[in-house]
Amino acid sequence: MRALLLRDLRLAIRAGGGFGLGLAFFLILATLVPLGVGPQPDRLAPIAPGILWLGALLACLLSLDRLFALDAEDGSLDLIATAPLPLEAVCTTKALAHWITTGLPLTLAAPALSLLLFLPVQALPWLTLSLLIGTPALSWIGTFGAALTVGLKRGSLLLSLLVLPLYIPTLVFGAEITRRGAEGLSTATPLALLGAITLGSIAALPFAAAAALRINLR
Amino acid sequence: MSIWEYANPRRFMAWTAKVQPWAWGIAAALCGPGLIWGFFFTPEDFRMGHSVKIIYIHVPSAFIAINAWFMMLVTSLIWLIRRHHVSALAARAAAPIGLVMTVVALLTGAIWGKPMWGTYWEWDPRLTSFLILGLFYLGYIALWEAIEDPDQAADLTAILCLVGTVFAVMSRYAAQFWSQGLHQGASLSLDAEENVADVFWFPLVVTLAGFVALFIALVLMRTRTEIRRRRLHAISLKARLA
Repeated sequence: MRALLLRDLRLAIRAGGGFGLGLAFFLILATLVPLGVGPQPDRLAPIAPGILWLGALLACLLSLDRLFALDAEDGSLDLIATAPLPLEAVCTTKALAHWITTGLPLTLAAPALSLLLFLPVQALPWLTLSLLIGTPALSWIGTFGAALTVGLKRGSLLLSLLVLPLYIPTLVFGAEITRRGAEGLSTATPLALLGAITLGSIAALPFAAAAALRINLR
Repeated sequence: MSIWEYANPRRFMAWTAKVQPWAWGIAAALCGPGLIWGFFFTPEDFRMGHSVKIIYIHVPSAFIAINAWFMMLVTSLIWLIRRHHVSALAARAAAPIGLVMTVVALLTGAIWGKPMWGTYWEWDPRLTSFLILGLFYLGYIALWEAIEDPDQAADLTAILCLVGTVFAVMSRYAAQFWSQGLHQGASLSLDAEENVADVFWFPLVVTLAGFVALFIALVLMRTRTEIRRRRLHAISLKARLA
């Protein structure tokens, strides 16, 4: 498991593009939104939580189609599948690697980018916390979607159609935490629900993803 | 003899050939009079006027839209557990019907919402969860269309249906959490204190039953078409080999 994790991380960092792409997309989005809706702080501040969460979501989506596809193309996915490691563990590892290369950097970069969108300062810890708790769910759900579409030639468009509806609860609760944090309200309820989604996804979705992989490798 | 023998494609074709005309007949017999009764022989609501009459399409289509997904869930489970091909094909057949019913419910809701709420669309939890349900239907249908090998497609869509159900239910509660609504609560529940008045209720129940029969008839027809298409495919493969 560790070897696979390290291999995936190394590939993501060295093989060009994968690692920084999500971050760059996030930055571009945070730049484009003010250009689109106007630079007034009173207009940007209320939509900042939603924009930042949407950006995180789309940036996650961006790197999902290469999660299994590259391994499937060069045949290493077959090797991994025949290794003694159960496929469920493979999916967990892949999701973890995806989170470390996209979710974690996004979480760390979000406070800096939130300044571009005039997010109130008291919301910053809540934004970081909600992303820290919520982005693993995005990675695990995305791994399931990637496992479903790994055998398809033009899977990436379908992947977004399948995965984005599954992201809805995470997005709702994540943006809600940040919004409530910005307005100084209590964030306990959405925080607990977001945590529940993440933990449930981590617990259950590797099984679904592994089942989908087995069908695709059959 | 167990009930599963009826899932054998040959037997399925035999008994559905007999059942299907009845399902169509019952659907016509209930929908036709039910809609006519509802449209022309019910009083106007004292607040909503005659716009209340769209309820006879809106409620049954919404009912079918939700329950078609549950039917797909059950048939997907049967396919995953017992590997009956007819079951997978029935799930495939039900999805577009569910999508159309979702669209019909949303459209009739929009037409009804304009005079009543003053807006075609409102980000109300019920409306939102219906829109999300439509997205789930879209993804499900798209996945069926994208995969060529039929068994693989059946397996993957069945898994998507299981996972999608969990997330669709979660989205529904997330939407409730996220915004308060304009839409009224349930007004047909058996255990509710206050339901729709009887004059509206009876034709509504008739159209509901009619829509259920219509759904059954459509699913049977589409499943039979799918089975025939599979057979044609098999025949053409054989002919190519010969």
